[in-house]
Amino acid sequence: MTVALSGKEIANQIVEKFPDSIVASSEKEIVVKSGSLLDVAAFLKDTPGLDFNYLNYITAVDYYDHFEVVYMLSSLEHNHSLVLKTRCYDRENPVLPSLVRLWQGADFQEREIYDLMGIRFEGHPNMKRIFLWEGFQGHPLRKDFM
Amino acid sequence: MALKTEPFVLNLGPVHPSTHGVFRMRATLDGEVVVDIEPIFGYLHRGVEKLAEQRTYTGIIPLTDRLDYISAMNNNFAYCLAVEKLAGIKVPERAEYIRVIMAELQRIAAFLIAVGAFLNDCGAYFTPFLYMFREREKIVDLFEMVSGQRLTYNYMRVGGVSQDLPEEFLPALRKFVDEMPRFIDEYDRLLMQNEILLARAKGVGILTKEQAINASASGPVLRASGVKWDIRKADPYSIYDRFEFDIPTGTVGDCYDRYRVRVEEMRQSLRIIKQAMAQIPSGPVRAEVPHLIRPPVGEAYARIESPKGELGFYLVSDNSIAPYRCHIRPPSLINLTALREMVRGWKVADLIIIFGSIDITVGEIDR
Amino acid sequence: MMALETNINNLVRLQAVPPDWPGGFWGHWVFFTVVIIGFVLTMVMGVIYIERRGMGRMQSRLGPNRTGPFGLLQPVADAIKVLLKENIVPTAADKLVHWLAPVVAFAPALMIFAVIPFQNGAMLADLNIGILYVVAISSVSTVGVFMAGWGSSNKYSLLGAMRNVAAVVSYEIPLVLAIVGVVLIAGSLSLNQIVLAQDIPFILLQPLGFFLFFAAGCAEINRSPFDLMEADSEIVAGFHTEYSGMKFAMFYLVEYAEAIAISAIITTLFLSGWRGPLLPPWLWFIIKVLLVFFAMVWTRTTLPRIRIDQLMAFSWKFLLPLAVINLLVTALEVLASPAGLPWVVVIINLAIMAILILLWSKFFFKLGWGRIEV
Repeated sequence: MTVALSGKEIANQIVEKFPDSIVASSEKEIVVKSGSLLDVAAFLKDTPGLDFNYLNYITAVDYYDHFEVVYMLSSLEHNHSLVLKTRCYDRENPVLPSLVRLWQGADFQEREIYDLMGIRFEGHPNMKRIFLWEGFQGHPLRKDFM
Repeated sequence: MALKTEPFVLNLGPVHPSTHGVFRMRATLDGEVVVDIEPIFGYLHRGVEKLAEQRTYTGIIPLTDRLDYISAMNNNFAYCLAVEKLAGIKVPERAEYIRVIMAELQRIAAFLIAVGAFLNDCGAYFTPFLYMFREREKIVDLFEMVSGQRLTYNYMRVGGVSQDLPEEFLPALRKFVDEMPRFIDEYDRLLMQNEILLARAKGVGILTKEQAINASASGPVLRASGVKWDIRKADPYSIYDRFEFDIPTGTVGDCYDRYRVRVEEMRQSLRIIKQAMAQIPSGPVRAEVPHLIRPPVGEAYARIESPKGELGFYLVSDNSIAPYRCHIRPPSLINLTALREMVRGWKVADLIIIFGSIDITVGEIDR
Repeated sequence: MMALETNINNLVRLQAVPPDWPGGFWGHWVFFTVVIIGFVLTMVMGVIYIERRGMGRMQSRLGPNRTGPFGLLQPVADAIKVLLKENIVPTAADKLVHWLAPVVAFAPALMIFAVIPFQNGAMLADLNIGILYVVAISSVSTVGVFMAGWGSSNKYSLLGAMRNVAAVVSYEIPLVLAIVGVVLIAGSLSLNQIVLAQDIPFILLQPLGFFLFFAAGCAEINRSPFDLMEADSEIVAGFHTEYSGMKFAMFYLVEYAEAIAISAIITTLFLSGWRGPLLPPWLWFIIKVLLVFFAMVWTRTTLPRIRIDQLMAFSWKFLLPLAVINLLVTALEVLASPAGLPWVVVIINLAIMAILILLWSKFFFKLGWGRIEV
């Protein structure tokens, strides 16, 4: 059984290393500041005992006033998982750091989020639309897209 | 005078015999050698995630059929699990068993297509493909018996399955389960040790363990690289913790391993079906679920081991009759992440079989 | 006038037209030209039927069975359909080359049959260099194929044509070397003489030569497992991707005419041609041709396709050395018993073949043929 690690405990570990990087944490998830996402992700990936070497999925949810981007990380060795979230308040030009350098599996998923949600991922090697054609107006999965 | 050469850009697809649907790869070639490829998606994009936001929770089930249309039962399964997790619905025992039987039958059917299409890509002119379709036909008949459909079954419901098994189903299933091992042996006899197949598939398109994990590969692609990771074992959903089965793994992660892993998994699926058939209880097949499900505010991610890999549904509820957000984790799309590294330096013919050995369904990639 | 007559007389003598043939040289010529064209066209229909139905049986399905009794008219229906189809030429194509290619490919496939004996002496031209003529003419089709690949200005076509040229150039050598063994035993280049010399079918005296010829022949005419010039799962249809209608029909015809030609040559060289008991000779000939063709259908339904580098390796590292050894052994045998090879040689040669193939296969894997050990 995959153990969903407690967000609170991990958050405490993260705060030790990167103070002021966590917005909120609960048993189920950790919400990090978008600025420190890359640091926290690298920390989670490389810390022995955590070893989140596998990125299950990335997705984004549009809550009108902000976008919430959800990362689910697992460790195949320890068989535990963690949900990492970050928020993006800029609606016109939302930008987040790309995690492709840490997990290659983020590649297409980040492109998909850019395509359908309009969140740019800085540092992604090939930030283009993935499903819709170049020149498509708008981002369909946003709640205000009609 | 130096010979002037220039790269040769070849568009494989969207209409091409070996792209398994409308998928396109822009390959840059140096003669026959692949220098670089860029996969181009979106020819089958229907906006399922957006459509789902305007439908009731039950109304989404037919949409999930059309994701990975080769394994519709598994998509139903994953989606229903997600809604049940979100709404806290308990599924009756019998329904759980029926679901497992259906999911495993569907897995066999999907692997039959995957292996057949892979061998076809290797150039075995339709013989293995049609042999495998012969057996898939029997599975499809079984599905028709329970759901009336042959491709998009729309069989599972939130809280169970749409209807109980008909009387003749279990005897027919028993007959199938008894015959099937013989046919799997036949496929093995046909080509497994064939020198040409070995020469074509062994050592070709190697995806190392580290690469596979880093690229979030899942399912047979991950297991062929030597990672013993099967969600049915690692994170048992439904009632998979009650069954005994092995996780076949490859050693190097080449095309041949991926092919072998799929064939072995068919055998394991049969084992599971046999156990499920022996244990299946009687009783209701559907929990008491309101017509319009209004799950409490919250979010849930449920995943299953689909034939392609980790298929997950991430649902966000705002306590209305439609999900606020329905994200699908598409194993086909994510398994393709490492395709570029896998094919670089190989020949055009290898590109085709490496791509074929990953086994994708475009309906799931583009959604 | 005198000179022309002498020339024609010379020609007639050369080509050994039976002196009592009605209409003389020209009568003979017209008769056999018509027969060959008729033979090739009907045989093509026949083998297409056999291939489709046979493949159907092997793949546990029925194959075409709706047109006419047992689907016998399916090739006719296909022919009508394909002839009525629109002729599409790509905008960027080299129109002349694109148009000419099927013709250039088709003519040689037909010309091969000029020297093939349907029964004793029944052939258009009993050339005393018959087999040399076959080897020369059969390679010309490649030019047509390459023209098609180039003229279509399609990348799949070009890839397919390049593969075809590479394959034909490589496989010509073992093909010819395998023929030489037969010629050594028969002591003649004339196909009719070769048939007459086969009191023991040469498949028994030249078992290795037969396999070499069969493999190289399959590669020459793009039959599986060497069908990578038109590998449908890789390069769509290879050189004829951009062809439709009549011109496609021509290529389709070439493909099967060549298959029949190779089957006919194998029949003539190794299976004692038209010779056989009871049945009339021409029927024996057709039966043997169909048998060889059936073997090709069989390999096609069974084997996967090899890769281009493996194709080359197979030719240069396997077929060529074996062909040279085979030639050497045959030469020694002929030298040892100039009066004609006795039955004992059959057993010796079969043993030699088994040992050689076994040993060289081991060596072949050492040399590397594209299989990666992991």
